[in-house]
Amino acid sequence: MRFVLAIVAALLFSASAFAVQPGEVLKDPGLEKRAREISAGLRCLVCQNQSIDDSDAQLAKDLRLLVRERLVAGDTNDQVENFLVQRYGEFVLLKPTFGMHTLLLWLTPALVMVLGGVGAYAAMRTRPQPKAATLDDEERKALENLLKRDQSA
Amino acid sequence: MLVEAGHFALALALGLSLIQFLVPLWGARANDPVLMAVAPTSALAVFACIAFSFLALTFAYLNSDFSVLNVVQNSHSAKPLIYKISGVWGNHEGSMLLWVLILALFGAVVAVSRNSIPMRLQANTLGVQAAVTIAFLLFILTTSNPFTRVVPAALEGQDLNPLLQDPGLAIHPPLLYIGYVGFSISFAFACAALIDGRIDAVWARIVRPWTLGAWAFLTLGIAMGSYWAYYELGWGGWWFWDPVENASLMPWLAGTALVHSTVVMEKRDALKVWTILLAILTFSLSLLGTFLVRSGVLTSVHSFAVDPERGTFILGILILFVGGSLALFAWRAPMLKQGGLFAPVSREGALVVNNLFLATACATVFIGTLYPLALEVLTAEKISVGAPFFNFTFLPLIVPLLLLLPLGQTLAWKRGNFLGTAQRLYAVFGISLLATVVMFAFTYGGPVLAPLGIGLGLYLVLGSLNEIVTRAWSKGTPLAAAWRKARGLPRSAWGTAIAHAGVGLTVIGIAATAWGIEAIGSLKVGERLKGGDYEVRLERVIPRVEANYREEAAVLTVFGSGRELGTIETMKRLYVTRGMPTTEAGILTIGLGQVYASIGDAQPDGSIGVRLYHKPLVLLIWIGSLVMAIGGGISLTDRRLRIGAPVPAKAIPPHAVPAE
Repeated sequence: MRFVLAIVAALLFSASAFAVQPGEVLKDPGLEKRAREISAGLRCLVCQNQSIDDSDAQLAKDLRLLVRERLVAGDTNDQVENFLVQRYGEFVLLKPTFGMHTLLLWLTPALVMVLGGVGAYAAMRTRPQPKAATLDDEERKALENLLKRDQSA
Repeated sequence: MLVEAGHFALALALGLSLIQFLVPLWGARANDPVLMAVAPTSALAVFACIAFSFLALTFAYLNSDFSVLNVVQNSHSAKPLIYKISGVWGNHEGSMLLWVLILALFGAVVAVSRNSIPMRLQANTLGVQAAVTIAFLLFILTTSNPFTRVVPAALEGQDLNPLLQDPGLAIHPPLLYIGYVGFSISFAFACAALIDGRIDAVWARIVRPWTLGAWAFLTLGIAMGSYWAYYELGWGGWWFWDPVENASLMPWLAGTALVHSTVVMEKRDALKVWTILLAILTFSLSLLGTFLVRSGVLTSVHSFAVDPERGTFILGILILFVGGSLALFAWRAPMLKQGGLFAPVSREGALVVNNLFLATACATVFIGTLYPLALEVLTAEKISVGAPFFNFTFLPLIVPLLLLLPLGQTLAWKRGNFLGTAQRLYAVFGISLLATVVMFAFTYGGPVLAPLGIGLGLYLVLGSLNEIVTRAWSKGTPLAAAWRKARGLPRSAWGTAIAHAGVGLTVIGIAATAWGIEAIGSLKVGERLKGGDYEVRLERVIPRVEANYREEAAVLTVFGSGRELGTIETMKRLYVTRGMPTTEAGILTIGLGQVYASIGDAQPDGSIGVRLYHKPLVLLIWIGSLVMAIGGGISLTDRRLRIGAPVPAKAIPPHAVPAE
């Protein structure tokens, strides 16, 4: 089913290359590593659900360079992200922030887990417990007779 | 002419499906065996018509009949034969035709297994299934007709999308569809049970092979798609949490839960209502997946509005079946009798926990995939939900599930003993822990989670096999006797162990990706690029012209610890007809790991960009999935699934009929 994505992706990339280009890599490996980490969390705005780290689009390249520029200028990871969010909106983050507008999104897993767990527990508890089979008088008498016969034999 | 006949056959199939829908359901209600007997006959006829229609379209592709619009848009006379065939389903109209073909095929198989399914159940099931067939046939005939002619006929076709011209993609959609559509049978059986108001262990035994088969195919289909993305898209990822992938993952998660809950129902006559609901939800998610992919709603909410006809139609189908079946469930489920009691600590209890985790994981993927769409429609606010979100929420749900898996598999039915069970797994805990520590020591300074992941995977593999070992062997048993006993264990026990071991293998493969190494550089001919223990040298760049594409191929020699290991070729292709570029990764498999290279654009100085990866143990990701599917297949061959229901009355000698 990925092929639909592939089609869209292929249509969007005018010039196919591959994500991070040799020329973009920073000299400082520590900074480069941070740049890659940040890039993996940023959306290539013109692609379908790709991070700028994976995308070949020109815009992704521009954003990668921008991230590296800010890092070289001494920004922290959060500052870089905030800078991009200010420019492009929250849409640029692949992991949305926690807030009123994403409450349901973030809480659904916990909610389903808890409600499901409570539901399963309740269903198990309200189940009619099996009554221990008790003997009525007649049966008890029959049993005593049997046992007596056993003993006398 | 044949094209028109194919179109007509499709319309005929629609009429026959109407019969298959109405008559058997009425027959089951009126308890009329003659009417109920229409079900298998009409199901076979529907299948024959749709199969003919599919063959007619295939024939048009093989002959490059460019008077058919669908062929013009998706084929080319110079295309290799295999892609002429796979091109039939490499487009919207054809893929929907494949969808109903598989749907009808499943109906036909239910129809011919008449001796193993009680008549009423079969009639109701085929009736419900016909309703699905009708909806999709209407969809094809009114909005997505693959048989539309063009006048005048075109001289040449526009070629198949190059990304789809790949052997992997030729078989990926059929596998996936068999999975998706296979769940329609579980769905139809569930609705049939609700309509009849009766459900028991026999029902579970009949449904289980269908669910298991669909699940195994879906597993293969997803794994296939993942491997294709890995080698074709050229950046070495294998799972992207893309909405289209999520669309197939959701029914897989629900289907996995269903496979497990039917076991409880079959063995212990418990979890009936939940199993029915799960069967409905699983197929609903398959429909949702079809809707998401086919309506274009994923690309953008707006593209959905631009071409609303198809999207709205599938949305209608979705609402009709999901809403209808859930309404039926709400109405009839309370009438189903509950049975089968069990203590919380038992195999059943463990399977309830399994279902809880899988259902939550499924809900997480569901909300993550649809939330951005819903938010945009409701508030016009745009957010993205991508890999970081899913990794953050999905993994904490899956890891505990995997930790509990060997324990659950070892617990006894009905009433288990947790400590006793844990004791049976002491050796497994020990070995896995030891392996983790050793691995950690060896890779000190590397990623911390990787050794833990490997340990978890090993624990799953050993824990699964432990079940077979402890059942067949105890201290003092000669090995030959133990082997005989192991071979005598039910196939389903083997299937379970193997499938669970497959999960472990996949986990190991995923964990090992943390040790992957990436190197990027621009190389001129003769220059080298080093990535970890491996190194490549660019030998030459060859331009080639093939029938339907041009390419530049870079030949790289791979070196490992100073020795030459082999050469790989990676290509940048341009498909001429569509003017579309693709990359083909060059891959050298070393053991279970791979050296993976892809090339990018030529730089101004004449060098060429090369991206090199070493991915240790990466093949285990897909081998594990394959093993999972094989486990499902082995479980399918279990004896008890082959035993038929009681033979119909006519086979009983006359004198055996009780006097009335």
